[in-house]
Amino acid sequence: MQTILNSRDIAYLRQRAREIRIEIVTMLEKSGSGHTGGSLSAADIIAALYFYKMKHRPADPDWPGRDRFVLSKGHAAPVLYAALALTGYFDKSLLDSLRRVGCPLQGHPSSKLLAGVEISTGSLGQGLSIANGIALGLRLDKSPSRVYCLLGDGEIQEGQIWEAAMSASHYGLDNLCAFVDMNGLQIDGRCCDVMNIEPVNDKWKAFGWHTIPIDGHDMQAIVDALDEAEKVKGKPCMVLAKTVKGKGVSIFEGKAEYHGITPTTEELEIAIKELG
Amino acid sequence: MGSRDQEKKTQSTDFAGQAVATRDAYGAALLELGKRNENIVVLDADLSGSTKTKGFSKAFPERFFNMGISEQDMIGTAGGLSLTGKIPFASTFAVFETGRAWEQIRQTLCYSHLNVKLAATHSGITVGEDGASHQALEDVALMRVLPGMTVIVPADGFETKQAIDTAAEFSGPVYIRLGRSKVPAVMPAGYKFQIGKAYTYSVGKDATIVAAGIMVAPALEAKEILAKEGIDAGVINMSTIKPLDGEALLAAAGRSKIILTAEEHSIIGGLGSAVSEFLSEHHPVRVLKLGVMDTFGCSGSPKELIQLYGLTAGNIADTIKNNLK
Repeated sequence: MQTILNSRDIAYLRQRAREIRIEIVTMLEKSGSGHTGGSLSAADIIAALYFYKMKHRPADPDWPGRDRFVLSKGHAAPVLYAALALTGYFDKSLLDSLRRVGCPLQGHPSSKLLAGVEISTGSLGQGLSIANGIALGLRLDKSPSRVYCLLGDGEIQEGQIWEAAMSASHYGLDNLCAFVDMNGLQIDGRCCDVMNIEPVNDKWKAFGWHTIPIDGHDMQAIVDALDEAEKVKGKPCMVLAKTVKGKGVSIFEGKAEYHGITPTTEELEIAIKELG
Repeated sequence: MGSRDQEKKTQSTDFAGQAVATRDAYGAALLELGKRNENIVVLDADLSGSTKTKGFSKAFPERFFNMGISEQDMIGTAGGLSLTGKIPFASTFAVFETGRAWEQIRQTLCYSHLNVKLAATHSGITVGEDGASHQALEDVALMRVLPGMTVIVPADGFETKQAIDTAAEFSGPVYIRLGRSKVPAVMPAGYKFQIGKAYTYSVGKDATIVAAGIMVAPALEAKEILAKEGIDAGVINMSTIKPLDGEALLAAAGRSKIILTAEEHSIIGGLGSAVSEFLSEHHPVRVLKLGVMDTFGCSGSPKELIQLYGLTAGNIADTIKNNLK
């Protein structure tokens, strides 16, 4: 399929999200370790960012006019790697070396090793502050570039997230649009059982954010939310994307145990069949 | 402008020969840097009056970000600003900067080798009356262990000014340890600070004192005390603790019977440890460590605390004398 960046064709974006999912399960089966559920739940959001909304040049990763993406939930590295490969940052064959010694595709993204990764992440709770800093810097430069950041729902249990929520709002960062991938599960079980994060929408609103609650697998809704976020003035925007952990592969869907385990060869076959 | 005014102006810009708190020299250096370089941005966590970033905040309000009482967010935001080509200086008290936000410094700044400068004030026991909760005695250890981090402990205002300017030119994360209390001028006129280069006043036949920060002044005093008793002691200002100046240490270790390290920091993990690690491997010699003995500080005046914790010139001289016997 010919790669079109900045396409608003919903069918095209859905197809790209499917391909991202296929790459995720394929690379994870090969590596034998990594995070399946939270990579699959974010695939539609990432497809919309990399194939529709973000201005970026895969052949020139440091292009100063680019929009920036911070994967705060760094354990979802496979979804980012898949998007980078499919948009042409590097050859797809590199995905086979995920998590191998000496490979730029580290278990959690490393900006020192892989062009296209804006900043190393992996320790939860830190990405939103970084995104804020980028947004402040771009604003100082009067740059029209925008900043996107993806958080996990378990991740917002981290205190630093709320420090950052406060400062993005205090500084009125309307060049920032963040997502919470609300798949409802974390390593030890359901977020509501481990440490209840609700009411999520009220919390972000109370911190001064413009919030857009959506179905995080409805491509039209994601695209519309991204457009809406761009029009908000004077405050940062938070898209609360309700998702299903492991989305797209029935045997992984809604299962906390697939947070950190990878598909077996048999499971991969089922996954490819369902995704194809 | 009269010649006296001119002289005063020159003095106040480089702090040569001036007794001043290193935090004051930092504030002045920042202000000048801000005028010269529009990429300089400054972040603080509600302590800008104490850390002396306030001058910059008034002169360049659009390039100053008060993050409120949230050190972790401050470090991440500084990292983000650096990704857009800015040169952020992030300041708060040393104990909060390096302790509260250590993991953010590790993950966000050092792992990605971001160009962020951490200028932390109120280090050591000379914070004084605020007591143990505010007296960082572990900060050098916490910063030194991080891959790619540069650690600088300037001895006086003159050296601080140069260290700040140098850090701004240098690419990568830098930790600069500053103090609250006024310190005497110890660096000679014409001194040029370089990262990784110690300043050797002299190497002693009997002992060489390797000091950093506010301990350089008492080390120089101790050298005089010892000279009167016929003991030849040298002094090195090891203002960069990482990367350590191995050459300067080898020159001293080759001549002195004893190397004594002197720091306003825990004897665990700081200058003393760095020097011991290096010399035990490259030139084994007796290394004695003078510092705060694996304990917390307490309230009191800086002068009283220096005595209470045994960081005076007399303590340095006695330690050397007792160990030469």
